[in-house]
Formats: sequence, structure tokens, C-alpha cells
Amino acid sequence: MQSLTNRSKMVSNKKMSFVEKLYLPAIFGGMLITFKHLFKKHNTLKYPEQTKKFAPVYRGQHVLKRDEEGRENCTACGLCAVACPAEAITMVAGERKKGEESLYREEKYAETYEINMLRCIFCGLCEEACPKEAIFLTDRLVPSQFERNEFIMGKDRLVEDVNNRIDITARQLTGKRGEI
Amino acid sequence: MDTGLFLEKLILVVILFAISLGVAMYSTYLERKVAAWFQDRVGPDRAGPWGLLQPLADGGKMFFKEDFTPVNADKWLFIIAPGIAMFVALITSAVIPWGPNIFLFGRDIQLQVAHVDIGILFIMGFVSIGVYGIMIGGWASNNKFSLFGAIRASSQMISYELAMGIAVITIVLLTGSLDLGEIVKAQHGINWFVFKQPVAFIIFFVCALAECNRAPFDLAECESELIGGYHTEYGSMKLGFFLFAEYTNMFISSAVIAVLFFGGYNFPGMDAFTGNWLALMCVGVFFAKIVFFIFVFMWIRWTIPRFRFDQLMHLGWKRMIPIALINLLITAVVIAFMEGWFN
Repeated sequence: MQSLTNRSKMVSNKKMSFVEKLYLPAIFGGMLITFKHLFKKHNTLKYPEQTKKFAPVYRGQHVLKRDEEGRENCTACGLCAVACPAEAITMVAGERKKGEESLYREEKYAETYEINMLRCIFCGLCEEACPKEAIFLTDRLVPSQFERNEFIMGKDRLVEDVNNRIDITARQLTGKRGEI
Repeated sequence: MDTGLFLEKLILVVILFAISLGVAMYSTYLERKVAAWFQDRVGPDRAGPWGLLQPLADGGKMFFKEDFTPVNADKWLFIIAPGIAMFVALITSAVIPWGPNIFLFGRDIQLQVAHVDIGILFIMGFVSIGVYGIMIGGWASNNKFSLFGAIRASSQMISYELAMGIAVITIVLLTGSLDLGEIVKAQHGINWFVFKQPVAFIIFFVCALAECNRAPFDLAECESELIGGYHTEYGSMKLGFFLFAEYTNMFISSAVIAVLFFGGYNFPGMDAFTGNWLALMCVGVFFAKIVFFIFVFMWIRWTIPRFRFDQLMHLGWKRMIPIALINLLITAVVIAFMEGWFN
């Protein structure tokens, strides 16, 4: 019969010869193989001390960026929420008052901005939809929690700290489709 | 009674007991390390430097676990089974000659707890009792998997003890003595029996694997089919005793293999030394041989998959016993020829 692929093998069911029935040659062969492995390099990563470097395209926990003067980029346009296939993003828009110019870049800003990390599928479409370069996915892992509602992250955990900026240059270089 | 003799034996017993337990303890560590190395992993390395305190952590865990007895288990048998396994595993170390005599405090101290004329019979006898621990444990658990494991263990032990005994008889023919001390002395220097009796060695080694319930003959436990076999229902230190007994058995088996086939404490070039230095070196060499065989036991365990039960029986009855018998016959004929029976 003609085979569909060239990977098929004929199975033989022939009787074992006397030497094969002794098992010993096969056993010594196997022991030689395992003995060689004694001297091979192990592939273990000692996790808490060593960590693996993420690929630059890795999509982890989101960050809401500020600009160079420390003002929030997000204008609560809602495009990310529209783009989100998992419907994980919700926000309430607010109007910037007098005296808040140093906090928000434009007249409109997000009063609340929540991402449900249990719904999020980390596709990065929010990042792609954002016209203000406000939301990015980073190489950080979403921490584990004991309660489900802990996974709904508000602005307190999403917006980056002014003094402790989060580096997203790797994402900007590689992330945007069509700009590479 | 001679107080000195009593004291000397008592100290020797305590040291042997500690060594047996220590070796068994660190065998568990070595087993995990060896398995890891064979599988390109690191193995336990968190407790202490290189994970050396791992056995202590494991032991502590065992002690703090709930000591559980199933409702329908036969309580006394359930408790006594690990005890039997442990007792039998420890007692066989008594007749093994650990080294030549040492001269201390004006006394000629024998490094053998009990100088029994029929040492090898003593060991064979106690090894056969060892199956009672497993059998009673499996029976008392009132669990079908345990019972399966126990039945497998007992039938396996019976089948393999025959070939093992015949392999031992060839050695006894060569030395003309059942005394382990005499057997060791007959292998002075590099005059080891493994060179005269390689077939008997292989048979004895395979049977020792089967007697210790080690892979590839660990059908009494086989985690994948019998979820632990005879110790399925055991927990806490009772389980610890079973595992400890297994590792102690491995230690003793390695010692017996070294004594019967690899010259015990003899090593080439031993005539250059005398007195206590010789004795110390002999003990060191003997333990090196034991550790090597423990390593080979583990090496085999992490190389070969488990036999099917019918294959096991087939190998035991249809291969090992005939080969052992033919080997015995040839040895006997050669010895008779050398002694001039046919002239």
C-alpha cells in the first residue's frame, strides 16, 4: 500500500534472538546512555535566584504611562475598551479642573480606569488601539492573589509612579504592527 | 562473662546501627541526586550546602505527619509490619565481616558483631523473613492494591531466592565454607570470586535487585499500577520505616555482593600494610565498594523500565534457575576434576 507520508515505519513482530532474550546487552547499552548523561550540562534554572529574560515581544501586566513632565497620557477616549476582545477594560471619563494641569496632559482624563486581569487575554489590542501612547503591556507578571476581586486593577496599580518609571522601549521598538 | 568482649560488641553494634541508618538516610539523598543527574537536572539543593540536610528535613516531615490507620485495617499487624521489615533489614549486618581484626587497648577486636559459622545461611534466612514485613503490611492494610503488591512481592521473592541460593552455593563450593569471614579471606588481594564466577555474580546481582524490590523488579510497589503497592495505606513514620528498610536492604545487599564476589575488604596491594592501618584501609575499601554497588543499584533503577509480572516470573524460573544450575554443575565438575576425582 502506498503510504500517505514518508514517516511511516513497518512494524516487525519477529521473535527475539537468544542474545536479545538475555536482555543484558540492551541493559548495558541503556546504562551507557544514562552514564553519559551524568556529565551533561543540566538545564535547571534556579528560579527565585535566577530568572529567565523575557522576549521583547512579551505581553505582561499593563502600565498606564505618564509623559516626560509626569502627566497622565490617558484621555479616556475608550478606544482600548472598544478594541478589547475580552471586555476587560472599563473607565469613567472626567474633566480636568483648573490647577490639575500638572496631573493630566489633556482636558479629559480617566477618573477610574480598571482592567480585570482574569478576563484579560494579554492580546495587546488595547496597546495597538491607543492613540495617545498611554497603555502598554510590559514584561511584568501579574501577581497572584487570594481573592478574585484583587485581580481588578484600578489606577492605583496601573498608572506608573513618577519617580519609578517603567521601561517600555522594547515594546515600542518591536510591538507595533506595521511600524517595524 | 568477659566484660571487655561485651563492651566491644556493644560499641560495635551501636556503631553499625548508626552507620546502617546513616547510609540508608543518605541513600535517599543519593537516589534523588543520581536520578537528577541522569535526567540532566540538579536534584535537591535547598536544604544546606548541596542539599546535604535534605534527609533530615524528610525525616522531620515524616515524624510530624499524621499517624493514620485505616478503619478496617488489622491494627496490630498493621503496626508490626514496618517493624518486622526494619528489624530484618538491620539484623543481617551482624554477620558481615567489616574488616580484619583491630588491636586496641591490648585487645584483638574482631570487626564482625557475630562470628557465625553459617553466616551466609543466616543472611539468606533473614532475607526470606524480610518478605513477611511486606506481606503482613499488604494484608493488614485491607486494600486490594496493597494485597496485590504483597502477593507479588512474596511470589517474586520465592522465585528469585532459588536462583540466588544456587549462585551462593557455587561460591560455597569454591571456598568450602559457609563462614563469611572465610569467604572473604579466600579472596585475598585481587583474587576475587567475580573473576572465577562471573555468571554466578550476574545471577546473584539480578536476584539481589529482585530481593530488594528495586527497579526493574519493583512490582511490589510500582507506583503507576498499584499506587505504592504494599505501603499504599501507610503514612508517617510507618511508611518511613518501610522506605528505610528498603534502603537498609540495599546497603546490606551491596555489602553481601562485595563480600561474596568482590573480595569484601580485600584490595590489591594490601600486603604492603600491617596492623591497624591495614584494618582501617580495609574498612575504607569495603565501604567504597558498598557505595559503588549502591550507586549501581540506582544507576539500574534510573535506566531500565519495570518488567511485566509474567516476564519477571519467566526470567526467574525459566532463565535464572537453569543458568544457575548449569553454572553450579560446571563449577562442581571443574572442582572435582582439580581435586583428582577422575584420575
